Amino acid sequence: MKLSALPPADLAARLKKAGLSLQTGPFTIHLQTPIAELAPLLNLLYAEYYLLDGIPLADIHVRLEKPFGPRRWWRPQVLFSTEGKVPFAPFPADHALPLLEWGLNWCVATRAHQYLMLHSGVMEKDGQGILFPAWPGSGKSTLCAALAHRGWRLLSDEFGLVRPGDGLIEPFPRLIPLKNESITVIRKFAPGAVLGPIFPKTRKGEVAHMRPPAASIDHAHEPVCPAHIVFPRYQPGVVPELQPMPKARAFLKLSGNAFNYEAHGSAGFRTIAKLVDSCDCYSFSYGDLDAAVALMNRLVQ
Amino acid sequence: MRDPTHAHPLLMALRDPESLANARERHWDLLLRLARNSYLLAHLASRMEQTSLISRLPAKVATHLRAAQVEADERRRMALWEINRLERALKETGVPVILLKGAAYLLAQLPLSVGRFLSDIDLLAPQDKLDAVETQLKQCGWESEKLDSYDQHYYRTWMHELPPLRYPGRPMEVDVHHTILPRTSRLHPDPLLLWRAARPLDNCIFKVLHPLDMALHSAVHLCYDSDFDNRLRDLVDLDFLFRSFSDSLWDELLERSRRLDLQRPLCYAMRYSHGLLDTPIPDKVLREAQHATPSPIVLLVMDKLVVSALLPPNPDHPRLARKIACGLLYLRSHWLRMPPLLLARHLFHKAFISPKHHDSLEQPTTLNN
Repeated sequence: MKLSALPPADLAARLKKAGLSLQTGPFTIHLQTPIAELAPLLNLLYAEYYLLDGIPLADIHVRLEKPFGPRRWWRPQVLFSTEGKVPFAPFPADHALPLLEWGLNWCVATRAHQYLMLHSGVMEKDGQGILFPAWPGSGKSTLCAALAHRGWRLLSDEFGLVRPGDGLIEPFPRLIPLKNESITVIRKFAPGAVLGPIFPKTRKGEVAHMRPPAASIDHAHEPVCPAHIVFPRYQPGVVPELQPMPKARAFLKLSGNAFNYEAHGSAGFRTIAKLVDSCDCYSFSYGDLDAAVALMNRLVQ
Repeated sequence: MRDPTHAHPLLMALRDPESLANARERHWDLLLRLARNSYLLAHLASRMEQTSLISRLPAKVATHLRAAQVEADERRRMALWEINRLERALKETGVPVILLKGAAYLLAQLPLSVGRFLSDIDLLAPQDKLDAVETQLKQCGWESEKLDSYDQHYYRTWMHELPPLRYPGRPMEVDVHHTILPRTSRLHPDPLLLWRAARPLDNCIFKVLHPLDMALHSAVHLCYDSDFDNRLRDLVDLDFLFRSFSDSLWDELLERSRRLDLQRPLCYAMRYSHGLLDTPIPDKVLREAQHATPSPIVLLVMDKLVVSALLPPNPDHPRLARKIACGLLYLRSHWLRMPPLLLARHLFHKAFISPKHHDSLEQPTTLNN
């Protein structure tokens, strides 16, 4: 059953007591929180995710709650804990959603070593997967958000979960955090996109979360074969251009920016080498989302 | 010493991994977290691989085990590299060095090193050569953890080790000791005895302790260390070490503990290893060890405290009793390490004067766009 099928009052009650188990890509997340403000946000942004009944084996257990002590009431804060540990300093209580999202990212990045985890967006169209590795100025999240509203399937805007055995990429669709100007850009580009409230005080500035399209979540059990690795760079006013990138360079950039490359040792080297060998690698400059989408469409034709 | 905690899910799994063959998802949901919190998930994974139970487990469970093994393998590689670099740095000094604990189990290729999660590298060096070792390591690039003058004094003068060293960019911490208990403590194991019995390694210039001394050192850590996160892992180490003893080693164990003034730690170690992990200990040894057993009241209190502190808390229902037990044992470990006046001064300093050393709490910006 989808989360949207649960009446909001039930949702809040369950979150407070036994917690909720939902499926995000390959991970079952158990979330428990007495923080009332989170329930309506989850109701809106996690509407399309599937809930699990009973007490399934959860891969990640998280809890958000106000701390004991004065910060429970005075300039209240919210704490993120997982499996009894508190990995982060608290956030202001009205920033519970950003904390939840970042905390879940942390849990995956520090534990899911069954994958070689690239820091990368992953999109799919017509059976072809494109990896969009993260690097400063890439605008990859905005690009992924745009593609997701032009017929592309979102696998992830953050994690390229590579299966070491067969090299396929596991989908892990999540809320896409849009920052600062991107919020306005995506609102204009995709008026139908569902965005959560703007959180003004994060370290990256203003953040709003975009709900992934239902189709991305419904197909989240279908891994993709990567065909292209595209290193995006957003430059206002530039004509979109795809430049082939030497594979050795692509290898270095990809492995240097992975979450857990070192953890896989020599097997990690071989996995990324195979990936780079089997994909066309490009650097991609774009200044306009429509033109960028058009070029990506042509790439997979 | 049978009590309800004997049925703790993690203890049951450690005693008999085969018992998990038909475990329900709900059981695994808790067990995986308990094992992970105790740094024993990879250990469980390797035990289940040996009996090929791992291939009969639900896919989701096997995934968690595999991920833990990847992590443990990474720590093993980092440890091997760190030891390699330490060898290179210390070779020319000619100072003899003994590897302790996890690093020793790894280089000696003991079965218990498979899947063992290594936290840091512990070395033993002669006391009169400690300065030379520190100077050489610093010259070769290791850096001392930044400590205030009180903490520096604490480590060097009263404890039994240099302040931790770390090579910039590498995660492994290197702790250099000159004995296995602080010189201010009430027990006085003579390091010379450890050196005389130390064994060479085939693949390394460093040495390791004699098997009996390895077990006794682990016993010291079990009940005398103030950090309880790793203690169940240490108990598992002890269980494996004890199980590897031949009859003749068992015969020598008590006498060795007497010579090293470590009868009481050995007594506790055997008690908890046998009581919680069903370690087979020869009756003769158990009988002779009675002489060193503390009074029934002390034993009752220690049983409650140690078992409470050893076992990982249920993440869904953390009990205050465990925090209290850890707090009391923390005080006890310091009581045993320092004379009362020094202890009072130390605790006062920690409580009121020096800045609190929290584990670094990061803002989650290292990930994410």
